[in-house]
Amino acid sequence: MAQRIDVKDLNIYYGDFLAVQDVSMTIDPKSVTAFIGPSGCGKSTFLRTLNRMHEVIPGARVEGSVELEGVDLYGADVDPVAVRRTVGMVFQRPNPFPTMSIKENVLAGVKLNNRKISKSDADELVERSLRGANLWNEVKDRLEKPGSGLSGGQQQRLCIARAIAVKPQVLLMDEPCSALDPISTLAIEDLIQELKKDYTIVIVTHNMQQAARVSDRTAFFNIAGTGKPGRLIEMNDTATIFSAPGEKATEDYVSGRFG
Amino acid sequence: MTTTDSPPAPAAVRPRQRRSGDTERGFSRVFRWISTGAGALLLGVLAAVALFLIVRAFPAFTAGAEQLHDAGKVPGSFGSLLGYVGPLVFGTLLASVLALVVATPISVGIALFISHYAPRRLASIIGYVVDLLAAIPSVVFGLWGVYVFSGLVGDLWVWFADVLNLILGANVEASPTGRSLATASLVLAVMILPIITAVSREVFLQTPKLHEEAALALGATRWEMIRTAVLPFGRSGVISAAMLGLGRALGETMAVLMILSPGLSYSFQIFDSGRHTTIAANIASRFPEANGLAIDVLIATGLALFVITLAVNMLARWIVARRKEFSGAN
Repeated sequence: MAQRIDVKDLNIYYGDFLAVQDVSMTIDPKSVTAFIGPSGCGKSTFLRTLNRMHEVIPGARVEGSVELEGVDLYGADVDPVAVRRTVGMVFQRPNPFPTMSIKENVLAGVKLNNRKISKSDADELVERSLRGANLWNEVKDRLEKPGSGLSGGQQQRLCIARAIAVKPQVLLMDEPCSALDPISTLAIEDLIQELKKDYTIVIVTHNMQQAARVSDRTAFFNIAGTGKPGRLIEMNDTATIFSAPGEKATEDYVSGRFG
Repeated sequence: MTTTDSPPAPAAVRPRQRRSGDTERGFSRVFRWISTGAGALLLGVLAAVALFLIVRAFPAFTAGAEQLHDAGKVPGSFGSLLGYVGPLVFGTLLASVLALVVATPISVGIALFISHYAPRRLASIIGYVVDLLAAIPSVVFGLWGVYVFSGLVGDLWVWFADVLNLILGANVEASPTGRSLATASLVLAVMILPIITAVSREVFLQTPKLHEEAALALGATRWEMIRTAVLPFGRSGVISAAMLGLGRALGETMAVLMILSPGLSYSFQIFDSGRHTTIAANIASRFPEANGLAIDVLIATGLALFVITLAVNMLARWIVARRKEFSGAN
């Protein structure tokens, strides 16, 4: 269920603008990897290249390679649509489809491509996914109600349920808690610990305590200045990054001296 | 809403400002009166039109069959006002609905192409062309319909009718002149295309990026993304757009008047001429010759058109409101 990701010499461009420069890293399967760094350092941009979501922005392109279990995601014969089915994503703001019920939201990804699913299979998948997202007990009596009627934290867990319903190998989370209150954040963080048993998880966060709490490994990104490309400064076990970082910039950042 | 952690509602702040009336001073107050006045003016105009129609149509309601016939304005075969208005309403609705059925899918297609498929430059060119189409006066459409289009489709309708008769054993009649309801409906469809396209395009462009990305991140192709995120979001907007178009088609006068060879019947022979006419075209063609009770009769048909338009709009609102819970507005 979980796969490793190897990134080699990745440059990310928006048109001619080099947004992220020369990133190489390995992300272990069934682990949580956190990306931290100041705003605009390219960590979200980099995250989005892991499932080719950055291509949604016109002019975005990459050089280098991203390999999922040895298969280059940017190979000539690789369909970005297939990549995104393997590498799921959860966004900064909860984004359940407002026109769909809770149940329809969970099934949204499964029903794409006109795939047919029997009612009993669908019900089972809905329950399994919602249980997987720790949401089942809260919504089991109102599956036909609109997803937008849930609280923000519940909506975010609904989005996670929707993402895991398509059975991805990797789950990318782009600041999944930044729009949530502390209680909901805690629920998501607990969920991440559950999910890492089955998935490779990559999370971007602005919250260093969160990175310290949830992740096994942490990558620190930084920029030299406005208009300069973002770079991966350092990546190591989370404990090491927060206690004995190798770089001065990392230490300054995690100790709250800037950012 | 059961939110425990949504962003703090600004509504909690606003009433407080309202309550202490002294914060609303100067231009703020003036502006409130201006906007209230504008709203009231609109209602006033609507009420005045409705009143005019009802008052002026009243003599036509109360007149007996003899009087109506003597006035020479209800054709002999119709014994009553209702018998006269009925086919007019039928022709109006049939022409407009056909136009809507043709125009809506095409408009939605164009709007989606502009908003989600076309490269930016091409999109703006097409958008411009569509807006130009809206600027063509209806009398020009009428001329084009009479001199070019009806000739072209006339042969097509005849062929079409032959095929239907042959295969289905139907009894479809077609006029080679092409001055039939089908032709008028197609021209109407072209005329309402720009408004439906323009409104749909705006709505599609407003689809939250967040929802589009949600669909794409689930592995949706572009069409699937449009189906899961864009179309459901734009649904009520497209319905509103279609209703705007229907409103224009219902009231369109000149083009229909010029193209359609008129008649009064409840016939579905849309390829034949001399079978139908619409309320607006009928008023325009008869008004110059009418006087006295005849004018009242025409105004009564105008009242019928007014009622239809109101009903259509209320229906549209009801359709839009039915799934309000799922609109994302909450």
